[in-house]
Amino acid sequence: MTAPTVLAADTATLVQSVDWLAIAPVVVPAAVALLVLVADLFLTEARKPVLGWISVAGLAVATAALLPLRAGDRTTFCLTGDPAACSYTADHFALVIQFLVLAGALVTALLSLTVVREGRIPAGEYWFLLLSSAAGAALLPAARDLATLIVALEVASLPAFALVGMRRGDRLSSEAALKFFLSSVTATAVSLMGVSFVYAATGSLHLSQVADRLEDVPGQLDTLAMAGVALTLVGFAFKTAAVPFHFWVPDTYVGAPLPVAGYLSVIGKAVGFTGLVLVTVIAFPAYSDVWGPALAVLAALTMTLGNAAALRQSPDRPGSAVRLLAWSSVGQAGYLLVPIAAAAYSDRDQIGSTVAYALMYATVNLGAFSVAALVARTKPLNRISDYRGLYAERPLAALSMAFFLLCLAGLPPGIIGLFAKVVVFRSAVDAGLGWLAVLMAVNVVVALYYYLRWTALLFRPAQEGAAEGAVRIKTPPPVKAAIALTAVTALVLSGAPQLVLRFASGTLFPQ
Amino acid sequence: MIDISPSVMQFLLAFAVAVPLLGAVAALLPAPPGLKGKNPDQAVLRHGVTVTGAVLVAAIALALGFDHDAPSRFQATTDISWIPALDIRIHLGIDGISLPLLLMTALLFFLCAVYSYFKLPEGPSPKAFVSLLLVLESGTLATFAVLDLLLFFLAFEMVLIPMYFLIARWGGAQRQAAAWRFILYTLLGSVVMLLGLLLIGLNSGTFDMVALASDNGRGLSHTTQILAVLAIGLGLAVKTPMWPLHSWLPDAHTAAPTVGSVLLAGVMLKMGTYGFVRILLPITPEGMHTFAPYLGAFAAVGIVYGSLACLALARKGNKGDLKRLIAYSSVGHMGFVLLGIATLTPTGVNGALFANIAHGLITGLLFFLVGALKDRYGSSDLDTLAGVTGAALYGRAPRLGALLAFAAVASLGLPGLAGFWGEMLALFGAFDPAEGLSRPAFLTYMAVGAFGTLLTAAYLLVVVRRVCMGDPKAGPEVSLADVQHYEFAAWTPLVALTVLAGLWPATLLGLTDPAVQKLLAGGNA
Repeated sequence: MTAPTVLAADTATLVQSVDWLAIAPVVVPAAVALLVLVADLFLTEARKPVLGWISVAGLAVATAALLPLRAGDRTTFCLTGDPAACSYTADHFALVIQFLVLAGALVTALLSLTVVREGRIPAGEYWFLLLSSAAGAALLPAARDLATLIVALEVASLPAFALVGMRRGDRLSSEAALKFFLSSVTATAVSLMGVSFVYAATGSLHLSQVADRLEDVPGQLDTLAMAGVALTLVGFAFKTAAVPFHFWVPDTYVGAPLPVAGYLSVIGKAVGFTGLVLVTVIAFPAYSDVWGPALAVLAALTMTLGNAAALRQSPDRPGSAVRLLAWSSVGQAGYLLVPIAAAAYSDRDQIGSTVAYALMYATVNLGAFSVAALVARTKPLNRISDYRGLYAERPLAALSMAFFLLCLAGLPPGIIGLFAKVVVFRSAVDAGLGWLAVLMAVNVVVALYYYLRWTALLFRPAQEGAAEGAVRIKTPPPVKAAIALTAVTALVLSGAPQLVLRFASGTLFPQ
Repeated sequence: MIDISPSVMQFLLAFAVAVPLLGAVAALLPAPPGLKGKNPDQAVLRHGVTVTGAVLVAAIALALGFDHDAPSRFQATTDISWIPALDIRIHLGIDGISLPLLLMTALLFFLCAVYSYFKLPEGPSPKAFVSLLLVLESGTLATFAVLDLLLFFLAFEMVLIPMYFLIARWGGAQRQAAAWRFILYTLLGSVVMLLGLLLIGLNSGTFDMVALASDNGRGLSHTTQILAVLAIGLGLAVKTPMWPLHSWLPDAHTAAPTVGSVLLAGVMLKMGTYGFVRILLPITPEGMHTFAPYLGAFAAVGIVYGSLACLALARKGNKGDLKRLIAYSSVGHMGFVLLGIATLTPTGVNGALFANIAHGLITGLLFFLVGALKDRYGSSDLDTLAGVTGAALYGRAPRLGALLAFAAVASLGLPGLAGFWGEMLALFGAFDPAEGLSRPAFLTYMAVGAFGTLLTAAYLLVVVRRVCMGDPKAGPEVSLADVQHYEFAAWTPLVALTVLAGLWPATLLGLTDPAVQKLLAGGNA
C-alpha cells in the first residue's frame, strides 16, 4: 500500500513548477505558429493574407508580454532539489535579447506581408516557420542549461533553412538552403559533442552548476573539459557567422527572400552571440583563458574578412546590394564578438556592450533591409547601382537609407552607431586588448568606404534614360511602416543614446 | 566689456552650437510662406545667410559679455548629463583660448554664406549646399565649445560627412578621389584618437576636460600618457596637418569649391591644433614632454617642406596650381603653430594660438581671392594665368591685385600684419623651450623655421610678381571684372581684422595668455 504513495511523493518532487507568465514571450509565438498552421487549412486563397496579420499580432502580443517581466527576477523550471539551478531565467539579459528577437521578427513579418502575397510563397508554411523560428530564438537567451540551449538553437535554425528555400522553383534559393542546412547541421553536431564532453567532465547540464564544477575539474578530465568548451563554441560561432564559419552567408542571403535575409542577419546573429555569451560567460568562466584568446582572434578575423569582402563587391553585379549587406553583417558580427572576448580579460561585465551594439545593429540593419525590400519591388536585380538617384525618386526612403548606412558606419549624423562603436572600443581598451581595438579602428575606416559609397550613390542624379522608364509604384503600407518604425527608432536613439547604452553600464545578469 | 547675465551667456553659447543644426534641417524643408523669396534657390541661400548671421551675432555678444578680466576661467558654461552610461555630459564653455576661435569660425561661416549667396558654386541644388554648410558650422563650433572628451570626438567627426559631400559634389577636377582621401585619412586619424581618449577616460575615470586639466595628468601613469599622446596626437596631427601626414590636404584644397577651401583652411585645420592645446597639453603633460622634441622636429621639417613645395609650384613651367600652392603654404604655417606648441612654453603656445587665428584670417582671404581669380580666368593654373610676362592684375583689375598682394605679404609675415606675431612668438618660444627639453634641438628647429620664413617670403613674392605684375597688353585678351560689391563685403572684415591683429596683438594675446598660463601650470595658476 505504501509503494504508490511513495511514488506519488517522488513524482511530486520531480515535477518542476512552471511560471507561465515568465515563459509567455516564448509560448505565444509558438502557439500562434500552430494556430496559423491549422488556420491555413481552413482558409480560402483570397483569405490567406489574414494569416500574416495574425502572425504580426501574435508577435506584437509576445513583445508586449515582456512588459510585466521587466523587473527581471523570474525563474522557472528549477530543479526541485536545487532551486538555484533553473533551466529558464527571465533576467535582464534574457529580456533585452527577447525584445530584440521579437521586435525584429515583428519588423520582418511586416516586410513579409507583401512578399508572401506577391511572391509564390505558401502563406501558411511561411508564417508557421517564421513564428517557430522566432519562438526558438526567444527561448535561447532565457535558457540556462545546455540541453535547452541546443534545443532552442535548433528550433531557431531548422525553420530558417526552410524559409531560405521558400522561393519555389528558384534554383539559387534551394541551393542556398541546402548549403545553409548542411553546414549548420555539422556545426550543431560538433557543438553537441562538446556539450557531451562538458557533461562528462562535470556531470551537470545546468550552466550555473557547470560553471561551479569546471572550477575544479579532476586532472585527468581537464583535457576533456577543455575540448568540450572549445567544441561547444563552434555551433554558436557558426550562427553568428564568425569567420571561418561564415562562408554560407552571402549565397544564403542572396538566395533567400529579402525579409528572411534581414531576419537571418539580425535574429540569426542574435541567436548565435547570445548562445556564445551564455556558454562563455555563464557556463565556462573557468576556462576564460581558452575562449578569451580564441574569441579575440575570431573577432579580428571576422571583422577583417567581412569588411574586405564587402569592399570588393562591384556595384553593378546582380544581388550586390544584398551581398554587400551580407558581408557587412559578417564584419559587424566581428564587432559584436569584441566585448565577449574582452569579458575574458577584465573583471568588469562587458556583455552589456555587445547587447547595446546588437540593439543598434538590429534596428538599423533591419531598416536597411526594409529599404532594400522597397527598392527591390521596382528593381528586382538588387544591385547597388539601382540605388542611384533614389533621393530624387523617394526622398524619405533615401534619407532613411542614408541614415541607416551612416549608423552602420558609425559616423555622425548616425550618432547611435558612433556611440555603440565607442562602447565596443571601450570594452576592448578596458580589457587591455589594444591590438584588437586598433584593428577594429582600421576596420571601421574600411567599412566607411563602402557604406559611404553607397550613401553617396543615393543622392546622385539618376542615370539618363533610367528615369523615364521607371513607373512610380505605390509603397505598400506595411513596408512603409517597417521603414518608419526602424527610422524613428534609430533617430530617437541618436538623440537619446542612453536608452540602449545603459545596458553597457552595470551588469545584466543577476548577481 | 558689457555685463550680460550668466544665464544669457549660457543660452548664447548653446544657441550658437545648436542653431546651425536646426537651420540645416530647416533648409531641407520647403520654405514657409512669406519667406519664399524670388525662387527656392534664393530663399534657401538667404536662409543660410540668416542663420550664420544669427550665429555670428550670438558669438559677438558672447565676446562682448565675456569677462575679459578672467579669461582663464570657463564662462557661459552649461553642464548637463546626456549619456550616463558612458559618462558623457553636455559640457559647454569658453575661455580665452576658445573664444577667438569661436568668433573666427562664426565670422568665416557668415562670410562664406554671404559669398555663396551671390556666387553659388557649380553643382547640385543649393538646398543641400546650405544644409551641409550649416552642419559643418555646428560641428566646428561645437569642437571649440565642448569640454567633454567624447563630445569633442563627436564634434570632430561631425564635420567629416558634410565636408566630404561639399568636396565631392561641388568641387572641381578630381574631386571624388580628393574627397575620399580627405575622409578616409581623417577618419583613420580620429578613430585612433578615440582610442587615446578612451584610454584617458578609463584610466582617470572621467571624460570631463576641466577636471582632467586640473588633474594635470596626476591620475595617469607615464605609459598611459605616452600611449594617449601617441594615439590622440596622431588623430590631431592628421587634421592639422603635420608633415608627413599632410598628403590629403593639397588634393582636398585643390578640388574643393572656394567656400570649402576657405573653411577647410580657416576653420577645420584649427580643430587639430586646438586639440593639441586643449587636450594634450594640460591632460597628458608628461606624454607631451616626451614627444615635444619629435613634434618640434616634424613641425620644422613641415615648415621647410611646405615652403619648398610652394617654391617648386610657383616656378615657371611647373604648371603649379595656385590653390594647391596655398594648401602647401598651410602646411608650412601650421608647422609654426605646431612648433609653438612643441616648446611647451607660454610664449610658444600663445604664438601658436595667435598664428592659428592669423592663418585662419589670411589663408581664408587668400582662398577667397584665388577662388575669384579662378572664376574669372576659368583656371587657377599659375602658368595659364601668368602667361609670358605675368597676369598683370595690377593693370587689369587693380583692386583685386592689391588685395592679393596684401594677403600675400600678410601671409609671409610682414611686421604690422597678423601673420607676423604668431610666427615670431613661436620661434621665440623655440629659442627658450620649457625646462627639460633639449635646447640645442629647439635652437635647430628655430633656425630651420627662420629659414622657412625666408623661403615663404620668396615664394609669395614670386606669386605676387607672376600674378599681379606684368604687361597688361601682352597676355591673352580677357576682360576682367574688378572686385564686386559682394566680394568687398566678404573680404573687408578679413582685411580689417588682419590689420587690427597685426597692429594691436594685445587684443588677442590678452585673452589667450592667462588661459595658457593656467593650462601649462595645471589649472592652478
